[in-house]
This record gives sequence, C-alpha cells and structure tokens, in this order.
Amino acid sequence: MDITELTVHELQEKLKNKELTITEITKAYIDRINEKEKDVDAFVTILTEEALEETKNLQKKVDNGEITGNFAGIPIGIKDNICTKGIKTTCSSKMLENFVSPYNATVMEKINSENLINLGKLNMDEFAMGGSTEYSYFKKTKNPWNLKKVPGGSSGGSAAAVAANMVPWALGSDTGGSIRQPASFCGVVGLKPTYGLVSRYGLVAFASSLDQIGSITKDVRDCAMLLNIIAGYDEKDTTSEDMPKKDYTECLKNDVKGLKIGVPKEFFGEGINEEVKTRLEKIIEEYKNMGAEIEEFSLDIAQYALATYYIIACAEASSNLGRFDGIRYGYRTPEFTNLKELYKKSRSEGFGEEVKRRIILGTYVLSSGYYDAYYKKAQQVRTLVMNEFSKAFEKYDVILTPTAPTGAFDIGEKSNNPLEMYLADICTVSVNIAGLPAISIPVGLNSEGMPVGMQLIGNRFKEETILNVAYTMEQKLKFREKYKPEFK
Amino acid sequence: MSRSDYEVIIGLEVHAELSTKTKIFCSCPTEFGGAPNTHICPICTAMPGTLPVLNEKVVEYAVKAGLATNCEISRNSKNDRKNYYYPDLPKSYQISQFDKPLCEHGYVEIDTENGKKKIRLTRIHIEEDAGKLNHDDFGGGSLVDLNRAGVPLIEIVSEPDLRSAEEVEAYMRKLKSILEYIEVSDCKMQEGSLRADVNVSVKRKTDTKLGTRTEMKNMNSFRSIVRAIEYEVERQIDIIEDGGKIDQETLRWDDVSGKTFSMRDKEDAQDYRYFPEPDLVAIKLSEEYIQNIKNTLPELPESRKQRYLEQYNLSEKDANIITSSKYLSDLFESAITICNNPKAVNNWIISDISRILNETETEPIAIPFDGKQLGQLVVLIDKGTISSSIGKKVLEELFENPRNPEDIIKEKGWIQISDEGAIKEVVTKILEANPQSIADFKAGKDRALGFLVGQAMKETKGKANPKMLNEMFLKELKGI
Repeated sequence: MDITELTVHELQEKLKNKELTITEITKAYIDRINEKEKDVDAFVTILTEEALEETKNLQKKVDNGEITGNFAGIPIGIKDNICTKGIKTTCSSKMLENFVSPYNATVMEKINSENLINLGKLNMDEFAMGGSTEYSYFKKTKNPWNLKKVPGGSSGGSAAAVAANMVPWALGSDTGGSIRQPASFCGVVGLKPTYGLVSRYGLVAFASSLDQIGSITKDVRDCAMLLNIIAGYDEKDTTSEDMPKKDYTECLKNDVKGLKIGVPKEFFGEGINEEVKTRLEKIIEEYKNMGAEIEEFSLDIAQYALATYYIIACAEASSNLGRFDGIRYGYRTPEFTNLKELYKKSRSEGFGEEVKRRIILGTYVLSSGYYDAYYKKAQQVRTLVMNEFSKAFEKYDVILTPTAPTGAFDIGEKSNNPLEMYLADICTVSVNIAGLPAISIPVGLNSEGMPVGMQLIGNRFKEETILNVAYTMEQKLKFREKYKPEFK
Repeated sequence: MSRSDYEVIIGLEVHAELSTKTKIFCSCPTEFGGAPNTHICPICTAMPGTLPVLNEKVVEYAVKAGLATNCEISRNSKNDRKNYYYPDLPKSYQISQFDKPLCEHGYVEIDTENGKKKIRLTRIHIEEDAGKLNHDDFGGGSLVDLNRAGVPLIEIVSEPDLRSAEEVEAYMRKLKSILEYIEVSDCKMQEGSLRADVNVSVKRKTDTKLGTRTEMKNMNSFRSIVRAIEYEVERQIDIIEDGGKIDQETLRWDDVSGKTFSMRDKEDAQDYRYFPEPDLVAIKLSEEYIQNIKNTLPELPESRKQRYLEQYNLSEKDANIITSSKYLSDLFESAITICNNPKAVNNWIISDISRILNETETEPIAIPFDGKQLGQLVVLIDKGTISSSIGKKVLEELFENPRNPEDIIKEKGWIQISDEGAIKEVVTKILEANPQSIADFKAGKDRALGFLVGQAMKETKGKANPKMLNEMFLKELKGI
C-alpha cells in the first residue's frame, strides 16, 4: 500500500482500523517529498523536521487517548500567502523573503486546533498574481503530469503538491481562479467557497472583495471535509457570514436526478480549446443520462467579466500592497538618501514585474479623472454580473463550464505575454466577481495527456449542491483510478 | 484700498479624537502617552493579512456628535480608503469616509457682536488617526511610534461661513464645549485631541467670486488659531494690494516667528485615490438606533445657559462663561447643591477661578478640586467661619493641594474670630494705641473707624469677623 496515494478519508479509515499510525503517515509523506520535490518544486518552506517532531508528540497523545479528533495527525500543505505564526510567510516574493508572521491566520487556528500536521508552505505566483506559478520569486513549480508544463496558478504549489502526493490536501486561495485553474491543470479537485464562507483574516490580501481561501484535494469528499474545518464566521473578518455550521459531506448523494444544470454558451465559444469543448460535451451527455436536466442559456454579461475583474482586482491590490513600504517589515533597499527614495527603491527592488504591472494598473484606474471611466464603471458591471447570475440561479441549480480554456501550457509559453496569461482566467473570474462558490474536478485528459477540468458554479452558499453534482460525476468517471501523473 | 474693503472667508476642518477605550479597528487602548509602540497589535501596525473590525462605539459617538450639532444622520453610510504614503500611516491608506459620511447638513450657533450666527456644518465623518514620527537624537533619522495609529477621530467640516478670527474662536469654543458635554471627546488641545485645519481666503467686498484659499494644518490652540488667521489675512491682502496672486497651498503656522510657511509645493498635489473600503461592510443604522442615541443626549450648553438665566438670575455674560465648558458648568451645579448660593459660586468661578486658570494656562478639565469642595468653601464664608479674604487663600490652597476646606482652615489656623470677648480684647488694644483716631472720630471724621478696623484686622491676620469688629468699635467709641 502506498500511503501517499490515499485520500484523507481513506487515511482516516485506516487510522480508525489501526492499519496505520500517524507516524507512518507523516514518514511516508516525508519520503515522498524527499523523492519528488526536486522534480516538482512545489514548496517554498519544507517543514519535514518540524512535522516529524509534532507527529511524535501527537502520536503519544493519540496513543494515551488524550486526542481523539478525526484529523489528528493528517498532514496538510499551506499556500504561502496564509499567515503562519513562527513560520515564514513569503507570498513567493522577495519583498517578504524573510517575513515571519507574528500571528496565525484564522484558518491556521482551525487547522491547528484539529491537530493537522503542516508539511510546509507552498509556492505560488508572487502575491497570488498570475496563472502559472512562474511569477514566484523563488522557483518555478512543475506540473507532475508533465514537468515541462506549468501547474497553473496562482496556487500552483498547492495543486502540484496534491497531484504529486507530497501532501494529501492543501489550502489555496482564489481571487480570479487561483484554486480552480491549477486544480484543473493538475488533475485534482479545487473549491473556491462563496465569498464570506471562510475567514480571510491572515490571508495576505491581493484583492479584498474577491479573495477567498479554499481547498485543493484528491477527491470531492476530502474537499467537503476540508471545507468543514475552515468554513465559519469569524469576528475578525466582518465580511464573513454568520450562519449555522454545516457538515458538507452529508450532501454527497451520488444522485443528480431532476437537478437543473445551466450551460452558458458564452463559455463554449471563441477562445475555448476544441478538445476541452468536446470533453465537456461528453460530460454534459453523462449528466443527461444520470437524469439531470440540461439547458443551454446565455450569460451575455460574462464577456465583460475579465476586464471588470482586472480593474477591480488591480485597484484593490494597488492599495493592499501599499503597506510593503520597507518601513516596518519586509524588504528594504540597502541604500537611500531620503524617504521618497526609500519607498521607490524598496518597492522597485522588492516586487516582481507582474506585481508592479498590476499596482501601476490599479493606481491608474483609481486616479482622479479616470476613476469614473474605469473603477466606477467596473463596479457597475460587477452589479450587472451579479444580477445575471441571480437570474440564472432562479432557473438552474448549477452552472457548468470549463474551468480553463485549455489544458496546462508549457513553462515559458505565456510568461512574457501578460494579456494571454490573463485570458487563462476567462472562465473563472466572473465567479469571484459575483462572490459565488465554484468547484473544479478533473473530467479527462487531452491529447497531450494533460488533465481537463470542469467547473460547477453554485448559487451563494450552495456549496452542497455543487459538491454533490461534482461528486456524482467523480463516482462515474473514476478519474483517479484511471489516470496518474507520470512526472515525465 | 483699505482692509475694510475686504471680506474674510474661513472654513474649518476640526479633528476630534474620540474618547473610546479602544482603537477604531482593533482592541488596543487609545490612552495618550505610553512608551513608544506599546499600544499596538498586528492590526494597527498593518501586518500582512490583518483586517479591520469597526468599533461600534465610534459610530455611536459620531452619531451623538451629529445629533448634538443638528446634523442629519445617514442611515446608510460606508468607509473608504484614502491612499497616501507616509511612515506614520502603516497601511499606506487611511480608513476614512468619502462620499457617504455618517452625518451631514448640521449647524452650530455662535454669539457674535451682531448677535447669534449659524455656522453650517457640511459633514461629520469617522476616520483613524495616524502614528507619530519622533526624531532620533542619537541615531539620526526618524522613529515611528504607532501608539496613536488607529485612534478614532471625527472630522467636522464647516461651510465657509466664518468671517473673522473672533468668529473662528467662538466656533471652536462652541464645538469644544458641545463635544465635552456629550462626552465623546476630552478635547485636550495640548495633547492634540482637538485640532483644526483652517482654510482662509479674502476677497474684495465688491467681488462675487471667492478668493484662492490657503490651508493651515493641525492648529491646536485658540491663541495660535487667532494669531495665524490674523497674520494670514494680512498676508493675503498685502499680496492682492501689490497686484499679486494667492497660491493655493498648505501652510504651516510657526508660533515662534508668528508667520506662516509653505509646506509642500503644488507639484506634489496629492491624489488620494479614494475608493470604498472592501474589508468593511456598509454601516446601516436603524431609526431605533438613532432614536436611542437621541434619548441619551445630555442637556447641551445652550439649554443650560437658558436655565442659568432664568433659574439663578445669572447675567448673560456669566452664564456664557460658565456653560462654555462642561467642567465649569458641572462644577457650578455640583457646588450649589452643597451651598445653595448660586450667586456666590458664580462669582468664584467668574473671578478667582477663571483668573487662576488664565494665569496658569490651565483648562477647566484640569481643575483639581470638585464642586463639593467649592460648595463647602462658600458655606464657610456664608456661616461666617472665614472671611472672604481668607476664602481666597483657601481657594489657592484648593488648587495646590485639594482637600476639605474645613480641614484647610483648621490646619492653617484660619478660622475667623467671632468670639465677643476676643473681639473686645482686640478693639480695646487698638483703641489704646490710637488716641488720635478716637479724637478724629469724635470730630466727625468717619474715616477713622475704617482705619481702626483695618488695624484690628492686621492685628488678627485677617481672622477677625469684620462685621463684629465694626459694631464693637462703634459701641466702644460711643462710650468714650
């Protein structure tokens, strides 16, 4: 038995039946990281030593019955923009190369209180800006299915680490597709929850009104379980929603009979790869066969979502990233003669190209004289996007689209063409703009042998619906049993 | 043209620190002072990933201020970010309010030479204070102290309704007294908890268009504000008279030289890139919430003044002085519950107490004794236990080291001599020593009596009961 092949719920089963100990699990993962990390480069900080030490303590407590939790000793990986007390949180930026947070993100408090074992901090596009993890200051993460290809981004380290079995599951963050698109590229499951379901406290902000922490897992059941751990109101985040706690595994019914699935034709048009379209059409047929009602409809407003997204996200980012000024923490230029120069040099030297590009863009759209034409208009379009989705959800339970227009592309293919890179977000951004939940699951491979992902979008706080619809297809396709990454 | 051909137009932006226990977006204390960077946390130092949580007390206090200044309270308000870089601003943006302030369209009334005048308020909004830069005398450069970062402020913006330095002072004093009465700010100007940005422009009375304005930032004493405005008005008129043009700029008032200086040039004109704060939800206030706050509003200065005029027969001028400060007014009310002599308490406050406050440049809030002690002082005089001249000494003692006035006079041996035997003894002694005065009195010179009483007071170090002395001298003189 290869322990690292198992899902978390399978690990739990084996722990319960005493077929495995948590020490065996941690050791298996450490071996796996030692074996594969050199090919994949998914980690910014590896915590194998610490994990081993923690497991030792935990094993004692589990053995003498002090701890009985379902998740005690289950390893996890954390995207490096989620603050971890005492451990570096770099956002894959030179700016925060040596930054150690003095506090834990709320999700980390939750992870720690369940006694999960943090195996390390995972690579990402700098400050979560990018779709390939090539914009990391430290390293380029490779796609385990093909080491010449990108894992997607910005949570590329998280998705690649899960796909490569270096962690059983991981936390990512999603501002415009940063969980779903890398999940799609790496053939794993990624969920972006409804805006407000998971606390953002301790997530280094990229775009405050769009950011959301979510799960990247091997299968849908694990995804629901991780959501159980991280979801919930947090008084430290006033944009989080105060509502009763749910068990998201209860909705996994393997049944979609009578469910109404809307398919927006705009997401199957120009710019979407033919192979992806064909694959998704087959999936739609499958759903029909399972008794779901499928209907094509028009989500016209979606064509403006990408422009709207880049205006709002960059505007917020330009303000959120102002605090990296070289004064209190982070990178400070070694030489300067006055305050202005301290700011200018620290920020010019500390940030990478893509981050600077977005700060400049965001500063521009908020400037007096341009605000109305860009930011204000984008907010108006945002309202229209929300309204269009609301209308659609009066008719449909879920909306089905591709997660990304293509499979994973080659490393270096788009990194010098920002516009083309932005287009990789075309299927995912409208979900963030509308604050909706969406999940990506693998539904097959393309002719290059790279995974293709399907995105299911739900109405606000209807995670249960999309989890069930995804689960039902997962049970049918058995993707994980059929295909495995080959590290070629 | 002469000065009187010009009209002065002034508008104020007054910042008041709110006296909430904790900061506006985190739970750090707002207390003034403290070693640098001891009242800080990840939120008010803008650690990556932190989020603000709006302190509900701040909204309550701001609404209170709005209601007390006749503002309309916005049912639907929000926070915005004001972006600029400065080391005392850790997030590189200040969370403030831009287009939807909590309070709008208010006014306060001030007394002017020509009677009452309404000064309109454009708005009152909530925002956070910045930290402070301290120059490092040892290492050079500047050190950032973030204790004040995140202390809640309200900014009260007036319409350009003020026409002179005197009106500005009256307006500031009025605002200060209102904020003190409703207990939302302690208004300690020396500590910067009440400060004003003053916008000044001048125009020829015949002109319909407003002149170009200049702004003087962070003024925190009435005296500086008055001097600065007078200086700035002269400066602007001189420039115009010389055929020059006023530059729209931010000025710094220097108290020592008595001049204004340009702070930044126009090239650096700030674009604050305001946009709605995405980390906070909209502020929605119900009718019930606003009504509840309305119900808790205390009696305001204007109403107290009316009561003092009618109930206690104070003069308009005295009532104005006493009600201008909540602390004076509270002192007054508390003292009269003890002595039931409003006239006497009024006189103490208007004359001796005000004089001492002026001489020592103390604000009423810093008066060390309470109304009970002042009331007891008046009782002691009314009962004849001490004379009013001893009373003045007791008052000074109350400022020095406040304690029960009865203890003071016992301790100091200041109790008035009202014993008939003792008085007679003194009178006899003085008469024996001054035969000439007796002769003068007999010759019809009434002044001689005054002289004799004076001598007796001197002999008793002011402790003898003057009324009894007077009577005793008359009786004895008649008998001679």
